[in-house]
Amino acid sequence: MTGAHTTDPILSVNDLVVAVAGRIKIVRGVSFDIAPGEILGLVGESGCGKSMTSLAAMGLLPPAIGVTKGRILLGGTDITRLAPHERVERGCGRIAMIFQEPMTSLNPVLRIGDQIEEAIRVHDPDVVPAVRARELLDMVRIPDAAHQLSAFPHELSGGMRQRVMIAIALACRPSVLIADEPTTALDVTVQRQVLGLIRELCDTLDMGVLFITHDLGVVAQLADRVAVMYAGGLVETGDVVPLFAAPLHPYTAGLMGCLPDPDSDDPLLATIPGSAPRPDEVGDGCPFAPRCPRVADICRRGAVPVRHTDTGQAVRCHFPLNGEAST
Amino acid sequence: MTDDTVLDIRNLSKAYHVRRGGKNHEVRAVDDISLAVRAGETLGIVGESGCGKSSLARAVMGLTRADGGKVIHDGVDLLTLDRRSLARARLRIRMVFQDPYASLDPRRSVGDSVAEAGDIHGIFESSAERKRLVGEALDRVGLGAGFADRFPHELSGGQRQRVGIARAILPEPELVIADEPVSALDVSIQAQVLNLLAELKNRLGLTLLFISHDLSVVAKISDRVAVLYMGRVVEIAPARPLFSDPRHPYTELLIQAIPRPDPSTRITGAIDPDEPPSRFARLAGCPFRDRCPRRTEICATDAPELREIEPGRFVSCHHA
Repeated sequence: MTGAHTTDPILSVNDLVVAVAGRIKIVRGVSFDIAPGEILGLVGESGCGKSMTSLAAMGLLPPAIGVTKGRILLGGTDITRLAPHERVERGCGRIAMIFQEPMTSLNPVLRIGDQIEEAIRVHDPDVVPAVRARELLDMVRIPDAAHQLSAFPHELSGGMRQRVMIAIALACRPSVLIADEPTTALDVTVQRQVLGLIRELCDTLDMGVLFITHDLGVVAQLADRVAVMYAGGLVETGDVVPLFAAPLHPYTAGLMGCLPDPDSDDPLLATIPGSAPRPDEVGDGCPFAPRCPRVADICRRGAVPVRHTDTGQAVRCHFPLNGEAST
Repeated sequence: MTDDTVLDIRNLSKAYHVRRGGKNHEVRAVDDISLAVRAGETLGIVGESGCGKSSLARAVMGLTRADGGKVIHDGVDLLTLDRRSLARARLRIRMVFQDPYASLDPRRSVGDSVAEAGDIHGIFESSAERKRLVGEALDRVGLGAGFADRFPHELSGGQRQRVGIARAILPEPELVIADEPVSALDVSIQAQVLNLLAELKNRLGLTLLFISHDLSVVAKISDRVAVLYMGRVVEIAPARPLFSDPRHPYTELLIQAIPRPDPSTRITGAIDPDEPPSRFARLAGCPFRDRCPRRTEICATDAPELREIEPGRFVSCHHA
């Protein structure tokens, strides 16, 4: 499920399969590309495999979970089985990652400045750490940088802590930033500010961004392209505008329908009946079939082919919502 | 206060004392809040973290001791009740919590959790009646009586929250206070639980106090909405007009910040940080003034009162 690009992708994931103990697949044949300066929104509900996809790209999969198939290319180099330090040695660019809760990633007993400088010393031995740390705090628009460098993490607000995490992520001058639900724990007004910062950094540093979220609203406002994930696989990809204007997969459309629309007169929300299958419950057919309003016998038998549209969308469904999709 | 008021919160205050940097600070979590909850309505309480919405719920339920004010239910001030009478009153006012994982005892069966309040207050006349009422509550939340023998670890997040709702409705309460009941759930499950709450409210004639940080959810389920900022009510209005025509600048900011599933309102670039001031610093005047585009001199000196600007719409802003 890859779209056409004018520039070469900086991160390319091809038919990635991640499995627990080599048997239970939690990521099933996921493919996507991210170009420099592009934000790909990877959206899905909890347990759909979106975080495992990103950890595979980072080379940070937990023990007993591994890549059993597929390739991850960073700047054209296959990094699928390279440890993080080997990636650096081969000069194939860098991936940095930020997480939902910055407090669990920051050391509570070290000053902010020391933690940023530590990352600078590891990745950028030729610069003066204190100078570069100031520069990084300016880049993430933390006001009064000199004063904040001597603060401890608990003295900062959640939004400021996430800005500090982004500064630490930028210390390695990454070509790809993976952001895993980075604003989910923040208040909406602060969320919007941090999203704006990520957009700006993506544009000015020409980074590729893999933005992982459960929130379709965030994806619509931030991402250039969207990949929707369900039960370990991508069900739909496309550019953000056509995908939100006319979702093709019944799951994508169902998710959009579940969002409360304050302007609607209907007192009830649309729902998707049932719940997502566990990884060990997914069979050969379409994993969404048990919950799908358009299900037919064919959906339960064998792999579902990907169809492409002239709007650049790709959908893995026998009966997409727009009948014009061709195989 | 009108005759149909189920819960009358008057001038409720709750402060916490925090030691930070060698100094004692007073954080006014709930700062002189008055709200009347009317029979049969869903009153939404919305605000960002630290605005006092959960402290308000806890103070109303007597889970934390309020510093001042009254909470009147059935002509009685709940804050003056002894433990036993308060426990009785809590059969009429029930609570649903955010985290269905933390609020269910993992060693108790679903049936025992749902029956707990009834067991404590001896409302079941026989074990057959207990079984019947538990089964009925589980039916009402869409799980079915068969779930009584299951344990929390066997359930999904959505099913656990349905259990949380079943245990709230079993004693046939008048009022249910739901504190972020869908915030831990995936969107597809969130919609199911919101529909369930709306349906139960109609079927059982409940009054609902619905607390959430998510204004789009609150606006959808509520008849009226109260917006909290730094421990104070800044605006109260019927849900639809509040959303389409907010009068307090903070409500406006909150609505603009909601990420809408509409790519025509794109985020294009960075804006400088703008966050609420520290809760440790006590401000004179309006608590929102540092972030407010409408601020003038009076905002720094005088705290605005909550006043009725048109029938049913209350705003605490000098410039509304």
